[in-house]
Amino acid sequence: MTMPLTGNTFGGQASPWFSRIAVAAVHFFLLVLFLQNVAADFWSAIPGFIFIHAYSIVVLAYWSSLDRTAAGDTVIVTLTLEFVLIALLFWDRFSAWPWSTLFGLALVQFCAFAAVRYWKDLRQAPRSAWFGLIVILVYVMVAATAPIIAPFSETEIVGSEYDVWSNKNLLGTDNLGRDMFTRLIYGGRNTVGIAFITTLLAFVVGGLAGILAAAMRGWVDQVLGRLVDILMAIPSFILARLILTIVGTSVPSLILVIALLDATRVFRLARAVSMNVVVLEFVEAASLRGEGLWWLIKSEILPNILPPLVAEFGLRFCFVFLFLSGLSFLGLGIQPPTADWGSMVRDNATLITYGDITPLLPAGAIALLTIGVNFVVDWFLHKASGLKD
Amino acid sequence: MSQIAKLVAQRLALGLLTLFIVSLIIFLCVEMLPGNFSEAILGQSATPETVAAFNRELGLDLPPHERYVTWLFNMLQGDFGRSLASKRELSELLGYRLENTLFLAAVAAVIAVPLAVSLGVLAALYRESFYDRAVNVVTLSSISFPEFFVAYILILVLAQNMGVFPAISNISDELGFWEKVYRTALPALTLTLVCVAHMMRMTRAAIINLLASPYIEMARLKGLRPTRIILKHALPNALAPIINVVVLNLAYLVVGVVLVEVVFVYPGLGQLFVDSVRSRDIPVVQACSLIFAMTYVLLNLLADVLSIMSNPRLLHPR
Repeated sequence: MTMPLTGNTFGGQASPWFSRIAVAAVHFFLLVLFLQNVAADFWSAIPGFIFIHAYSIVVLAYWSSLDRTAAGDTVIVTLTLEFVLIALLFWDRFSAWPWSTLFGLALVQFCAFAAVRYWKDLRQAPRSAWFGLIVILVYVMVAATAPIIAPFSETEIVGSEYDVWSNKNLLGTDNLGRDMFTRLIYGGRNTVGIAFITTLLAFVVGGLAGILAAAMRGWVDQVLGRLVDILMAIPSFILARLILTIVGTSVPSLILVIALLDATRVFRLARAVSMNVVVLEFVEAASLRGEGLWWLIKSEILPNILPPLVAEFGLRFCFVFLFLSGLSFLGLGIQPPTADWGSMVRDNATLITYGDITPLLPAGAIALLTIGVNFVVDWFLHKASGLKD
Repeated sequence: MSQIAKLVAQRLALGLLTLFIVSLIIFLCVEMLPGNFSEAILGQSATPETVAAFNRELGLDLPPHERYVTWLFNMLQGDFGRSLASKRELSELLGYRLENTLFLAAVAAVIAVPLAVSLGVLAALYRESFYDRAVNVVTLSSISFPEFFVAYILILVLAQNMGVFPAISNISDELGFWEKVYRTALPALTLTLVCVAHMMRMTRAAIINLLASPYIEMARLKGLRPTRIILKHALPNALAPIINVVVLNLAYLVVGVVLVEVVFVYPGLGQLFVDSVRSRDIPVVQACSLIFAMTYVLLNLLADVLSIMSNPRLLHPR
């Protein structure tokens, strides 16, 4: 929080403490009401849940324009208390997945905190970017808190095969009688999580190699460049399937293979953009005053190539995500019984011939997230390029 | 002309080298396969002697480099070996399947390429208009869709609800040409929807890139109509990137059909590939990968060569 506090209408003072407590009190009062409602009927409580948080978001948005630190503090305190409450009320589900749920809740908190921190930038975002951000946020929240939200367990058989939509099974059941809604939530967690880790790995490997190639030139550049040329000459879908047939489709090998194939694309980009930076005077000056290679990369090159790399991260994520679901659709991706959107489409595809759209939901979920990420990347590129409307 | 010939020859040599390396990689991948090839076929009860005999019969007892050379030469002569599952000669099976896949790709290309280029030209002509923005959003979205999503939506709408096209495209040689086209309509439409976006965006970008150049300004100052400026002055100069992206998308059409073929149960190479991956029919996987990789490399090469050839500076050296 290095943001200076400017534009404070309270004459340089933080907002009064009692207003914070008042908002928190109202929030918790409504939340308790809502959670009591949950015991009666889980699904009718959802509008209430949305209302409470929309209310708190509006208040926080008002605050953050006045006093960022106070708003940030309140977010932390409020969310932490809320988590404790959720953990206590859903104790059975929480205790089944203690670590992943805790991690997920921390992630939600981080998102809320980041939203408050960057509120000023967010407010200027165009509508399409807002749409994208909200989509991503919802996905992250659902994926992070999957064990709490999902009414059943991922692999539990709860009814007969291909049940229709009902109150008990919100979206019906799948080809083995597992709850479709639950699988949809867990599928998001698995597919998005694995795609994210894969993209991250591809960026660490490919980006670092690309910058190294640009900074060191000579044989390092040549060797890495030719290696990438060869890997890129083979269609990645084919190569991925060939390798996965051979090494088997466990999650680690899936991540490693796709990350390696994607690292080649990242390498190309990282090398190209850092080539432009490496030749600039300030890099030369730094290397002349005796800075080491790592320092050059860390403090001179990386900050200058970050915007295109971040935008590429978004696009790569989409690509990996589609790639992964394509592989799963063909039965080569994430293996059953782990839920996954690609294989869910394939397993339930028969329903489509009866005019039932349920199997399209996971595919639609994939499309929606990809569109969201694309919109945000578009906005980010627009911002980074310094263009004005 | 010698300059251009030299450049093309260079690319060709590079392409051949790539093909060689690709074949090497595919061979090595299969080499690294855990477990013994013959033991897998003969079953667990096979005695060491039978395994050894079988190895000798298949030439598996030779050192890897010799086997690679034989394999490569057999491939070059059109002998792809036999499928493990059906024991059929692979070359006829592959030939039939490849023909079907190429047919599908061709139908898709005939729809997609003119559509994409004309949409792109229109978007460049009416840039910043409502049409341009609408096309932009639609294409951005359609790039984001997984292929099977597009495919199933088309099935739901065109096959289930409206009943215009068949949901499953089981084609065979006996059918007439138009019957075949009719049955491949849905997979071809899916492929079209998926690849039009990319080509259209590139066409638009390539033309708009040129609009700031002096000769376009000159044309505008002469008072030419925008249509004429775009078609006569901008388009010919934007041809190189457009041809490039079109050919790259053709490569995608041949290589990326796998998912679509599976959805529509189309008897093409992609379907064969997926089936043999599932049944671990290694010779088929190997041959299919090689054919796909070869198509991809060759079309990439073609894109390279064509974009060199369409460069007026190289065509008419001073």
